[in-house]
Amino acid sequence: MDFTVILQAGIASGTVLLFATIGELFSERAGVLNLGVEGMMLIGAMSAFSTTIATGNPWLGVLVAMLFAGLISQIHAFIVITLQADQVVSGLSLTFLGAGISLVLGEGLSKAGTVALLPDFSIPLLTLIPIIGKIFFTNQSVLVYVGYLLVPLSWYYINRTRPGLHLRAVGEYPSAADALGINVFRMRYFYVFVGGMLAGLAGATISLAVSPGWFSELTTGGQGWIAIGLVIFAQWDPFRAAVGAYAFGALRRLILDIQGPLVLLGFANPFYYNPYLGFFLQMLPYLFTVVVLVIGSREAMRKRIGAPAALGNPYVRGERGK
Amino acid sequence: MTEQISSTEQKLIVEMRGIVKRFPGVLANDHVDFKLLHGEIHGLLGENGAGKSTLMNVLAGLYRQEAGTILVNGAPKIFSSPRDAINAGIGMVHQHFMLVPSQTVTENVLLGLDEPRFIMNLPEYDSKIAALGEEFGLKVDPRAKVWQLSVGEQQRVEILKMLYRGVDVLIMDEPTAVLAPQEIEGLFDTLRAMIAQGKSVIFISHKLQEVSAIADRVSVLRKGVATASGVASKGVSRQELARLMVGRDIIFALDKKHCQPGDVVLDVRDIYAENDKGLPALRGLSLNVRAGEIVGVAGVAGNGQSELSQVISGMRQCKQGQVLLGGDTVSNHSTLFGIQHGMAYVPEDRNHVGSAPNLSITDNIIMKKYRKSPILKNGLLDMKAATKLANELKQAYDIIVPNVSTRVRLLSGGNLQRVILAREISGLPSFMVAVQPTRGLDVGAIEGVHRLLLTQREAGAAVLLVSEELEELLSLCDRVYVIYEGKIMGEIMIKGEGQDEALVDTIGQMMTGTPLDQIQKEGVVANG
Repeated sequence: MDFTVILQAGIASGTVLLFATIGELFSERAGVLNLGVEGMMLIGAMSAFSTTIATGNPWLGVLVAMLFAGLISQIHAFIVITLQADQVVSGLSLTFLGAGISLVLGEGLSKAGTVALLPDFSIPLLTLIPIIGKIFFTNQSVLVYVGYLLVPLSWYYINRTRPGLHLRAVGEYPSAADALGINVFRMRYFYVFVGGMLAGLAGATISLAVSPGWFSELTTGGQGWIAIGLVIFAQWDPFRAAVGAYAFGALRRLILDIQGPLVLLGFANPFYYNPYLGFFLQMLPYLFTVVVLVIGSREAMRKRIGAPAALGNPYVRGERGK
Repeated sequence: MTEQISSTEQKLIVEMRGIVKRFPGVLANDHVDFKLLHGEIHGLLGENGAGKSTLMNVLAGLYRQEAGTILVNGAPKIFSSPRDAINAGIGMVHQHFMLVPSQTVTENVLLGLDEPRFIMNLPEYDSKIAALGEEFGLKVDPRAKVWQLSVGEQQRVEILKMLYRGVDVLIMDEPTAVLAPQEIEGLFDTLRAMIAQGKSVIFISHKLQEVSAIADRVSVLRKGVATASGVASKGVSRQELARLMVGRDIIFALDKKHCQPGDVVLDVRDIYAENDKGLPALRGLSLNVRAGEIVGVAGVAGNGQSELSQVISGMRQCKQGQVLLGGDTVSNHSTLFGIQHGMAYVPEDRNHVGSAPNLSITDNIIMKKYRKSPILKNGLLDMKAATKLANELKQAYDIIVPNVSTRVRLLSGGNLQRVILAREISGLPSFMVAVQPTRGLDVGAIEGVHRLLLTQREAGAAVLLVSEELEELLSLCDRVYVIYEGKIMGEIMIKGEGQDEALVDTIGQMMTGTPLDQIQKEGVVANG
């Protein structure tokens, strides 16, 4: 096994998680928990693939995926921002809705054959850096490079710009923002939309770059849930989100690849001979997600890890204090 | 040009005419007129619920009036948001601060502004804001995160926010409620500095002596009606203002009988505890309360008072040390354990911790009694006995409601507090901890709560009273501990009637972090 190859593939696979995690991070920073990431990713993956089949243009596929998933996210936004319903319940329903829509519209897509994919390329000079060059900058999809740019840009936007300041205020203390003339409702709609678009992009990254094709709900395989866990793990910081996303991407690849060879480190490979061990390994990322979600839902712990203070609470004008 | 501006020549800057504002079931403002002159500090007096904040929220653009007009510099204005009011030069500092705790001072000041457009060059704004603070005597580090600041500093940030937006009229809603005496002096200096620069201030308060001290003119509201508008504060006595506020004379002195304290009932020994964020809130705190005395805990909000009362009542674990009640360790046990050892607890948050809002008065009353006869009969609740008990307590504690099946969330603050006190006191506790028991109550209800606490003392119970109202502590307590950052700065005996200026000054210094022995040492040096 060549570890640089695994890591190289891991980065690509981590890019999916990265987009979904950063998207959810924006939504949560504005105070809206959206558990529908998985559903929006499925919408994105399906519409990207299907648009590309129809038009032959994968870029158009990416665009449609982002818009469609963004549109779906606005259902959640309407329910929790305008109607002030419970964010957990609405988010869960969105997962089912997204899965349902993508399964219906994606019917027959899995037999559609090959399509034009997004281009892979290497970055000159940077590929020459030992190991790093091979892992990060050689034969990666264009979306992987977009991911590299998205991380620092997101951080800068959130922490060093005026709209970012407003975003943080809306998620921390919406009545303070409202008192100074910031439209809390509009801001929340907007960032839920951003979250939806990035989830759609994550879906498109799967179906047009990382593992091309449409395999119904197995396309995303629960990665949306891992992304939600990663947001908590990242403590709502884009750089930490990137570390988590790439680490999990690499882990996913490693778990897949470790089951291949007959001999591992000079011993008979137990993961090859006993597939149940492999299943056990595949379970680990989801186990992590469960643990992180449990930790992240404890009120005291949330304060300690710096969750946006208004996360999960609908904003009602005229309610005083906290 | 010295002293030539007499009050008749002063220009009218804000005029409110016939303001009407209704809330479901309440007429908060009933055709109120209000006039603010250029360059004055205008005191707006009234009891809680008199409609002061409502009137000012209308002026600040947060509420929309149902009738009446607002004129600014003679021109009629309609404010549909606080932003409109700020653009017209009117800004308000609310009682609950509107600050984002995780952001820096500068970020909070810049929030909601159009400038900077996109990229924020924070260091540049840091120095701008520091300069502005310098000008008005508002010392605060622009780079500090708001959660790191004391309440007094946070208030300065709120004022800076408004000054940075260039307001001419600043409305301060109960600004002194959260401040230590020295900080109040600082705030008054700032307000005077603003007047000197040609700004005007509206000072909302229910504290008579403060309004007399700072305001040029006073308006009084009672039950939504203006009972005085724009009288010069020099020409009116405290008693007169009190009558305008309450509609009857209030007695300022409480009838406090002499009590001989007995044995130590509550003994808090060197406790350490953390707050919800996992930061140290109590650091080696010790105190004791004896039978038949009321002991106060004074301090600026957020110095560990809440955590202290929670550790005592069993609602929070302590890391080190112990709490003894009548000789038994009650800390790090269940709350039930404390109750069984004679503990009564009147928590800070009477709506969520002190009561179950959606349950009836009866249900709330029996919460500590349902394990025993007569409420418990054959393993079931005897609702007849419970209703009977609730009705008795309703009589005894003067709870004004049609019947005891009323849900407690519908009660006024005063009535709700009486329900809680009825439940706690009727259990005949040997010790009671009461946290801010009079916060948000009107004068009549406060008097009632005070009398109940004194009755407890006379009955030989030990009472620990945590309060931010220094006046309340001085009039009720036999001893007062001053808490600062989770430590006791010292203990003061309250001897007789009346407030001693020097005493208040000493407590004030302790509230801002100077230990008592240090004050005494310096006092000796200064005197000698």
